[in-house]
Amino acid sequence: MLHLILFVVFGAICVAGAINLLTQTHPISSALSLVVVMASLSVEYLLLGAEFVAAVQVIVYAGAVMVLFVFVIMLLNAGEEERTKGSHVAMILGVPGVLAGGLLVAWTLLKRSDTGSVAMGALPGSPKTIGNLLFHEFLLPFEVTSILVLIAIMGAVVLANRPETQNPPPRKES
Amino acid sequence: MVPVSYYLILSGILFACGVIGFLIKRNIITIFMSIELMLNGVNLSFVAFAAQWQHLSGQVFVFFVMVVAAAEAAVGLAIIIAVYRTRETLNVDQVNLLKL
Repeated sequence: MLHLILFVVFGAICVAGAINLLTQTHPISSALSLVVVMASLSVEYLLLGAEFVAAVQVIVYAGAVMVLFVFVIMLLNAGEEERTKGSHVAMILGVPGVLAGGLLVAWTLLKRSDTGSVAMGALPGSPKTIGNLLFHEFLLPFEVTSILVLIAIMGAVVLANRPETQNPPPRKES
Repeated sequence: MVPVSYYLILSGILFACGVIGFLIKRNIITIFMSIELMLNGVNLSFVAFAAQWQHLSGQVFVFFVMVVAAAEAAVGLAIIIAVYRTRETLNVDQVNLLKL
């Protein structure tokens, strides 16, 4: 019962944050509601017993990625977005289509009662077992991921670098 | 006890919100945030299935998805900065040429 109450409360916060992300016109408001979504999602992970994923969610998503977003919004001085013709067409055609698809998926999931149910903290994995799994069974994907992150760092530096400062003039010694 | 389908429906709602944001938003940064929302919805369904089958691989996949999302955010925001530097706008309707 407690599990269901906590699930409903934080799921409602999550959905409210997601809808707020769509309705706000200023990017900073959208970014802050995305932080709300991610924080309440980490509570959902904790309810399922995934402590490691919940901690990584708060540190990586709600921490690092969102700081990057807010930093870029402030750097570019992004203001209110203006509505154009394209977004009206998307709103008339796309939104009902997505809602119909979502309702179909939800109806199918509710009709099929054999999906089973989970108890609070059902996942057995402590961070130690996940680390064992990550460094034994998933060692190759893990190493490939490190190369991916390295390439992403270099790509970000190259892309965000100003063309005229690629060869910076030698600084005068004083 | 909460049915796994509730978790899947929540993740579906989050994914649908991400798709709708991708469609109706015109600010390139907000579109990018909608993509992050979709990734979060998928992560929730991974963890829910991991809890249902009592299998830890789902959590490892979530870890990989998060790493890819972080890398994507770094590169994507660098691209956004480069686009803004050349076009002085963040509206995707005005960014319709690959080359200036």
